[in-house]
Amino acid sequence: MAQTTKTPTAARPGDLAPMRQNFVDLVKAAKWGVVGGATATFVSAIGMVPDFDGRTLIDPFLTLGYLVLFLVPFAFGYMAARPPLTLEGQEPVRVGPRNVLAGAIAGMVTGLVLIVPTLVAVNFNLRSVFVNLSPAMADTLTLGQSLGVGLLLLIVGCLVAGAMGAGVNVVPARWRVPVMTGLLWVLTVGLLEDLATQLLRGLNLDALVGVFFAPGGGLKPLGAIIVFVLVFSLQLVFQRRPPRLKARYQALDQSERRRWTIILIAATAVIVYLIPVVLGGFMSEILDLVGIYLLMALGLNIVIGFAGLLDLGYVAFFAVGAYMTAVLTSSGSPALSPELTFWAALPFVVLAAALSGVLVGTPVLRMRGDYLAIVTLGFGEIARILFLSDWFDPVFGGAQGITQIPSPSIGPLEINTPPQFFYPIIVLVFVAAYISWALANSRIGRAWNAIREDEPIAEALGVNIVTAKLSAFVVGAALASFAGALFASKIGAVFPNSFSIVVSIIVLVIIIVGGMGNLAGVAVGALVIQGLPQLLREFDEYRFLLYGGLLIFMMLAKPEGIIPSRRRVAELHQEEMGQDAWLTAEPESELDEARTTPATAKD
Amino acid sequence: MALLEINQLRKTFGGLTAIEGLDLHVDKGEIVSIIGPNGAGKTTLFNLISGLFPVDEGEMLFGGQSLNGLFPNQVTELGLARTFQNVRLFPNMTVRENVMVAQHCRTKSGIFRSILRTSKFRHEEAEIKARAEEVLGFFGSRLVGYRFDQPAFVLSYANRRRLEIARAMGTDPTMILLDEPTAGMNPSETTELTGLIGQLRDDHGITICMIEHDMQVVRGVSDRVICLDYGRKIAEGTYQEVATNEQVIEAYLGRKATDAAS
Repeated sequence: MAQTTKTPTAARPGDLAPMRQNFVDLVKAAKWGVVGGATATFVSAIGMVPDFDGRTLIDPFLTLGYLVLFLVPFAFGYMAARPPLTLEGQEPVRVGPRNVLAGAIAGMVTGLVLIVPTLVAVNFNLRSVFVNLSPAMADTLTLGQSLGVGLLLLIVGCLVAGAMGAGVNVVPARWRVPVMTGLLWVLTVGLLEDLATQLLRGLNLDALVGVFFAPGGGLKPLGAIIVFVLVFSLQLVFQRRPPRLKARYQALDQSERRRWTIILIAATAVIVYLIPVVLGGFMSEILDLVGIYLLMALGLNIVIGFAGLLDLGYVAFFAVGAYMTAVLTSSGSPALSPELTFWAALPFVVLAAALSGVLVGTPVLRMRGDYLAIVTLGFGEIARILFLSDWFDPVFGGAQGITQIPSPSIGPLEINTPPQFFYPIIVLVFVAAYISWALANSRIGRAWNAIREDEPIAEALGVNIVTAKLSAFVVGAALASFAGALFASKIGAVFPNSFSIVVSIIVLVIIIVGGMGNLAGVAVGALVIQGLPQLLREFDEYRFLLYGGLLIFMMLAKPEGIIPSRRRVAELHQEEMGQDAWLTAEPESELDEARTTPATAKD
Repeated sequence: MALLEINQLRKTFGGLTAIEGLDLHVDKGEIVSIIGPNGAGKTTLFNLISGLFPVDEGEMLFGGQSLNGLFPNQVTELGLARTFQNVRLFPNMTVRENVMVAQHCRTKSGIFRSILRTSKFRHEEAEIKARAEEVLGFFGSRLVGYRFDQPAFVLSYANRRRLEIARAMGTDPTMILLDEPTAGMNPSETTELTGLIGQLRDDHGITICMIEHDMQVVRGVSDRVICLDYGRKIAEGTYQEVATNEQVIEAYLGRKATDAAS
């Protein structure tokens, strides 16, 4: 106790205090710059910079290519200038011009390193190996100028970007947050230009499109300024006085609250109804796909996020859902074709998926962790191969699959365009989300949690492991079969190769990036992982590279996901929090205070 | 009549005999302590009773029903709960949830009832919560109030031990096996817990069988003491009888050199 209350900086001003006052290692900054240079070289050499140069973000200043390029010195400038961590009891470090200098140095070194690929691309022809190390790339890197002037400009540009990155550390949070939020929104609007214009057109605001966007693509400078100022001022106002909507909602009395709940639900319904109308065909198509993956992610979230069963063969249930729908509804189904309607088939589809859940779950009941992952991975592949096999060819059509799956219809209304499909998908997503919520806060949910935390102890406390695990598999499988049924009737055909291992992996990435165990997190994850790549067609070629990078980044920086569940944060930062709690806890008794070391169990 | 009755129990791990020909009984309303040096087979005995290990030979009866071959959750369902020597809570669940899980085998709501939120479900859920809070109240103010919603890992060591006992109580048992309940506690905490163990029997009518190394605790609450060594019962009786038993002293301290020579 005594050790923690003493502040070492205050006690010894002579040697420690000046060090905490703005010490930035400039040599280290240069090292950051070298790493940055390597990264920038990599990004250029894989073709991102020259490829993306065609896409204008802010006309005529900034293209996506240059954004990617200068983001590198910006990020490394930020890292180089980051002040050391302020521990409890220490004075916060004062930041100043020296930090900016460090960032500028890191940026400049990045620029200097970039000379190498430029000169190589100009003087040698290595394109048999490095396809993108071309004069075109050199031209982009030198900003279209002659070699000498261009390289100088590049270095200066990197230096400025590095200094700006460093500036993020220096500017006080009050101003930093609005500026960064504003810039982020400008770039986002520029990147998602298609979505933004479609949104404006859908809302009958065609006139505004011309104000914001240039005819050749990209934001007009005026549009960029409007977006920035708007976001900047909104952020500035609301960070001073954050709207405490939730607290105010909870403060309402019973009848008031009920009224507001109804209003909220009605408003959500109206917005949901309007989304596909406003967004039009292409965007709705993307949203449909996001919705189908979100359904799967919600199901997998129950299996992995709640019950802790690492299932890597989740695609099997998706496939069962899709194939059952195909067999039951299609007129072209090879063996039996009862030609049910979509809705009549759905209960059978869910039943079949639930059965397959039991089938997969039973043999792996006593397996945990890595072993479970490997076995389920195998099950996923077995499912695909079975659907592909000659053995089942008479029923499932082998590689030709099953075609002529009819669209679902509600009454006389047939659902066959992407905007129409959005409605059944979103309804099932809400159903799945409700099921997840209801089960999480129930006896079954607690049993799943207990199994995830400590399986043998859960069993010793009276939890029936068999039924709990099987019910997790069954519910997960049922939700995946929703997704499969919608997928089959939306595409109108099923083929075995739509159900490869990649689907399992993408769904897993969605829940890891979004935030395992949290429903909002899973939704955000689906939008980021499944929606963004469709909107940013330029990145398509680099999709898996970016997934990998994103996963590594998330594991290092935010392992609990974008919107984490409370429990998950606690779990991943347990040691830190445990220590803090140890320090701040009130003494249990007089004897506790006297105890110097925490007692350990004796054997 | 004996609540727990064990006849000719035997368990080997490969070549190592952990339990050999053990007869043991615990009567209803008794507090029985099991003592013995390290490796005597005390925890193995508990693991056999609670179904964590399969039995090699012998029979275990609880309330007249055989425990042989039952899964741990079935043993708990019969009303025989236990705690663990190395505290094993669900660290990321709240204190209240830790005890609520224990009500699992006493409640019924399945998937459908949970999804539909029937009145039966809501009623049961409220009951589970109330029962959990009642059980936590057993330890006075230690685990109540703001502690309800704290994750278990922020608890101090002694409180973790208390929560383990609360969790066992949450299964509504007729008998609890306590595996070194006071290990690692300081003297005042030990005294407090000793009192609580007595209360468990006196106020809640729970029969107790515990493994304990602290002789103060053993002397304080035990009706009967059993001493194990190398998987066999070497002494049984009141604390005084066992404490003065020569074989027990020998098991703990070793034989005198002169005796060994003769």
